[in-house]
Amino acid sequence: MEIIVNGQEETVAPCTIAHLVASKGLAPGALVVECNRQIIKQEQWQAIELKAGDRLELLSFVGGG
Amino acid sequence: MKNDVLQLGGVTFTNRLFTGTGKFAANALIPQMLAASGSQMITVALRRIDATAQSENILAFIPKNVTLLPNTSGARTAEQAVRIARIAREAGCGDFIKIEVITDMKYLMPDNWETLKATEILAKEGFIVLPYVLPDLPLAKRLESAGAAAVMPLGAPIGSNRGLETRPLLELLIENCRVPVVVDAGIGRPSQAAAAMEMGADAVLVNTAIATAKDPVAMGRAFDQAVKAGRAAYLAELADQSDLARASSPLTGFLDE
Repeated sequence: MEIIVNGQEETVAPCTIAHLVASKGLAPGALVVECNRQIIKQEQWQAIELKAGDRLELLSFVGGG
Repeated sequence: MKNDVLQLGGVTFTNRLFTGTGKFAANALIPQMLAASGSQMITVALRRIDATAQSENILAFIPKNVTLLPNTSGARTAEQAVRIARIAREAGCGDFIKIEVITDMKYLMPDNWETLKATEILAKEGFIVLPYVLPDLPLAKRLESAGAAAVMPLGAPIGSNRGLETRPLLELLIENCRVPVVVDAGIGRPSQAAAAMEMGADAVLVNTAIATAKDPVAMGRAFDQAVKAGRAAYLAELADQSDLARASSPLTGFLDE
């Protein structure tokens, strides 16, 4: 199915947010996930199954002034 | 001086140097700089992850006793700034937010109009809002009415290290605002930070000048000393200046008169 991750279309097998994060090799500690403009707390990543057309933002804090 | 503290959104700051996490050669310098400068508030930004780069968690380099000030950099509209602020709070960064909305990519001037709109929304949602703006007194009064916890006017363009180019306008804000005035952006030297504090600024925010100094830790310490000196001078009330010389001793009673 197609989902949009950080503005880019991606084809993924049905999975949870936790699975997607792991499959990308991202360290969960620093990651902030927004799905369809809703912030998804890390405790919920296991429980939420991605659906076709979901718009995900994978964000992290960086240096800034 | 002992009880000279800055209150923002119910948090008490005994140090008036706010710092930033941008542009450090290594993140490990950040906690060292914080220790050397005594800074109790530091900015961070939020960005999409770069899956191709191994990135460190910048929050891991900030001690827990330092207040996080996430900024909304990257926002070009009030709506985007509001969205970033909500994400930062959800992500556990607390209630402080520096609103930074930039539509002018040539000079990186803050968009005061969008910033005001974002302030109105976020203050209602309980954020402690610190808007980064061009120094404009009527706008600053509107920000106050909208619930801003402070106003953060620029001294010079971001990262320019040119100092207090907006000085006369900053003076108007300092004299007339009820909320604290934090001079943000453009301060390139400790002497410029001291000058801002002498004028009566409540705090300064310095990133580039510290982070890109050859020794950022020592420069953090230098800025702390400058901010303290400037604040002490403001509280001591500066002596008058005059166009003509005024002798320090009586001009009478000389030898051989």
